[in-house]
Amino acid sequence: MQELVVISGKGGTGKTTLLAAFASLAHNKVLCDADVDAADLHLILDPKIRQRHDFQSGHTAEINPEACTRCGLCRELCRFDAIGENFQVDPISCEGCGVCYYFCPENAIAFPLNTCGEWYVSDTRFGPMAHARLGIAEENSGKLVTLIRQQGKERAQRDGLDLLLTDGPPGVGCPVIASLGGATAVLIVAEPSVSGLHDMERVAQLAAGFNIPAMVCINKFDINPEQGKAIEAYAEKKNIAVMGRIPFDPMFTKAMVMGKTLFEYNGRSEGSDAVRSIWEKVAQRLDDMERKNSQ
Amino acid sequence: MIISVASGKGGTGKTTIATNLACSYEGSVQFLDCDVEEPNAHLFIRPDIHDVETIRTPVPEVDMEKCTLCGKCSEICQFNAIAVLGETVLPFPELCHSCGGCMAVCPEKAITETGRELGIIERGSRKGMAFIHGKLRIGEAMAPPLIRKVRENIRPDVLTIIDAPPGTSCPVIASMKGADFVLLVTEPTPFGLYDLKLALGAVKLLGIPCGLVINRSDIGDDHVRAYAEAEKVPVLMEITFARKIAEAYSRGEMPVETDDHWKAMFRELYSRIAAIVQTPIEKTG
Ligand code: SF4
Ligand code: SF4
Repeated sequence: MQELVVISGKGGTGKTTLLAAFASLAHNKVLCDADVDAADLHLILDPKIRQRHDFQSGHTAEINPEACTRCGLCRELCRFDAIGENFQVDPISCEGCGVCYYFCPENAIAFPLNTCGEWYVSDTRFGPMAHARLGIAEENSGKLVTLIRQQGKERAQRDGLDLLLTDGPPGVGCPVIASLGGATAVLIVAEPSVSGLHDMERVAQLAAGFNIPAMVCINKFDINPEQGKAIEAYAEKKNIAVMGRIPFDPMFTKAMVMGKTLFEYNGRSEGSDAVRSIWEKVAQRLDDMERKNSQ
Repeated sequence: MIISVASGKGGTGKTTIATNLACSYEGSVQFLDCDVEEPNAHLFIRPDIHDVETIRTPVPEVDMEKCTLCGKCSEICQFNAIAVLGETVLPFPELCHSCGGCMAVCPEKAITETGRELGIIERGSRKGMAFIHGKLRIGEAMAPPLIRKVRENIRPDVLTIIDAPPGTSCPVIASMKGADFVLLVTEPTPFGLYDLKLALGAVKLLGIPCGLVINRSDIGDDHVRAYAEAEKVPVLMEITFARKIAEAYSRGEMPVETDDHWKAMFRELYSRIAAIVQTPIEKTG
């Protein structure tokens, strides 16, 4: 089985819209929304949830005021300033390290497991989908990303499907790192701007650090062709395959507002032609990798 | 006053709003880019950087001469960042949250701390504006400790504008906490609305007053406006989509620098925020 992770570094480059469009073109795949912090793919794919599970990870300390003698040891030891003068734990600051819980001489501190979100396995009109909802202000998004990619893979194995199409998180921190390990390839959706180039370079370095073959396509190319070409030049230098250019096309937003993929909304715009050609190239590359692998 | 500029969804124009707001302000202002995973504000503000500091977080180092392999360190660690393997104790620095638990618990005092590099902080200025940003090292997973370090630069006597990362999880919270006002930037689309709801949830959790900027206000639909009204979140500014602005942005230009109309718009935005911060309001939610 192969996994293509679509990432962008910078948010708002059209990554999710593009992934949804790919969903209506690709065959035999499972979809995976690994952007758990701001999961948007479901707004287009309208999944019918078949399985729902709590996501539990990490702990938060809780001081029992009846047992606490206010000795102050916990406040001294906590490196996250999570315990106030009133000996109450601020759950937002609590890192879940358990040091106070371990050292409290009065055993006044409880350390319960957190439920920090939910994850789902669903059916959509384009095939099965693994996705999640992380609670607000929760940590451990990296663990949740790892978990739903695993669920997506299991579902693909069970149904005999050979591709996992993953919508990756923005940035270069813990959720993105969790979305890359073991992936077959990444497709970076870049935007032709000074910040788009900067962010694309950072996320490309991250993928290179994981030894994952990278491809790039540029959305809204005509907004700044010069920056677009600079991104392509950088990609060529770094051995990143350039898959194509997508022109600025208001169809993208119109389709999203209607809850449709680009092709469901209008398969004949300039933008959708570009997306179709990019998908064909990406699929070809994945096939080539598969063949090389089995030789 | 500290104003944190945030958005649930990425790419809504958060950095544009934050940089233009800072540059149109008359008076002492400092700009903190807390989007340490993808810091972009410097591409617009173009500060002269005066100093660069490497930021490290403490991680354990074990003196095997003193260690008796009792295993207490790996028992206390919640993050599987230190393990007793055969005849040795192995720290996994990249998993360590720097809580100091292993060092505090070790009965043999065999553990000391060394540093893991989180990234760098660069400080600079432009036309009297102080500029500070953090850049997370590529491969480093934990943004919040670096964000907290960037925030240590806040000076209480001047206006501070913070460019927060997108999303609603720990890095965003680390960037919004302690602010006097959160300015949420969104766009009127289903993605924009969904992510706005999450961001607003985070702001309410922190109990900070907030307001909304609707960018590209003429694309999409009306649901964001209806939602803002229902939630009693004031819409402080709307910007219609203009290809010219998108192009200027792509070149790293700030409209307030060349256009007096924009400058006036952003000054007005600041006055509205200041008026809200100065009137005591009841916390919602
Ligand atoms: S707690 Fe100290 S003595 Fe015990 S195994 Fe860990 S380092 Fe060694
Ligand atoms: S400092 Fe805390 S997180 Fe790091 S290894 Fe020690 S116990 Fe684990």
